[in-house]
Amino acid sequence: MSYKVTEEGEISIVHLDGEIDMDVTEKAKEVIMPLIEAKKEVHLNLKEVQYMDSSGISVLIESHQKATELGTKVILKDISKSVLKVIMMAKLEQILNLG
Amino acid sequence: MNNLAQISEQRDFAVSSSSLKDVRSFSREVFEKVNIDQDLKDELVLAIAEAAQNIVKHAYQGEDTEDKMEIKISLADGNLEIGFFDKGRPVEKDKIRHRKIDDIKPGGLGTFFIQQIMDAVVFKEGEKPWINHLILSKKIDY
Repeated sequence: MSYKVTEEGEISIVHLDGEIDMDVTEKAKEVIMPLIEAKKEVHLNLKEVQYMDSSGISVLIESHQKATELGTKVILKDISKSVLKVIMMAKLEQILNLG
Repeated sequence: MNNLAQISEQRDFAVSSSSLKDVRSFSREVFEKVNIDQDLKDELVLAIAEAAQNIVKHAYQGEDTEDKMEIKISLADGNLEIGFFDKGRPVEKDKIRHRKIDDIKPGGLGTFFIQQIMDAVVFKEGEKPWINHLILSKKIDY
C-alpha cells in the first residue's frame, strides 16, 4: 500500500493505492487517525485500491467512528469496484459515508 | 483455461501477516486455471485470505513463529474444497462468532465474509503434525 495526502482548505484527502490487508492496517491508521484527531474532514480516495479485506474494512469503521466521536467526518471517494463489493458484503454502505 | 478442471494444489506459507499477499497470489494462480466468473474468483481469494488471516490472528495470536501453515485447493466435479492446516492453538469452536448484521464494530468480519462466500465451513482436529484443519467448501458451476 502506498498513499498520498493532499489538503484542500479544511479537507484532507488521502489517496490510498494498492492492496489493504492486515499487514498494512497499522500504516493506514497512522496516516488517517492523526488527521481525524486534528478534526479535519477526511476524504479517503479509494480509486486505486485493488483489494481490501476485513482488516481494511475495520480501518474504515474505526475511522468513521472516531470522526463521528470528534464531530467531523470521513467520506469515501471514488471507491473502486472491488472495494465497494466488500463494503456491500459487510453491509456498511448505509453506515459509512460514501461520497 | 480448463472447463472441466480437476485441480489439487497445495503450498506452505509462513504464519505471518506479510504472507497474506503470497496466499492471495497462490489462490489467484490456481483460480486462473478454472473457467469461472472473475467476481467469484475474487470472492474465493478473499475467503481464503480471511481464513489465513484468522490463523495468524487467532491460532497464533500474532506471535512470531517458525511454523508454516498449509493451504490446499482442490476442485473435482464442481466441488471446491479448500483446506487450511496449522499447528497453532486448537480452535475453540464455541468461541467462533461472526459479526451480527447490525453490529458495526470492527472485528468478526473475516468469518462473516467466509460464511457469506462459502457453502460450508468445517473445523476438524488436524491429523499429526497439524493441530487445526479448516475446510471451506463450495459447489462451483463451470
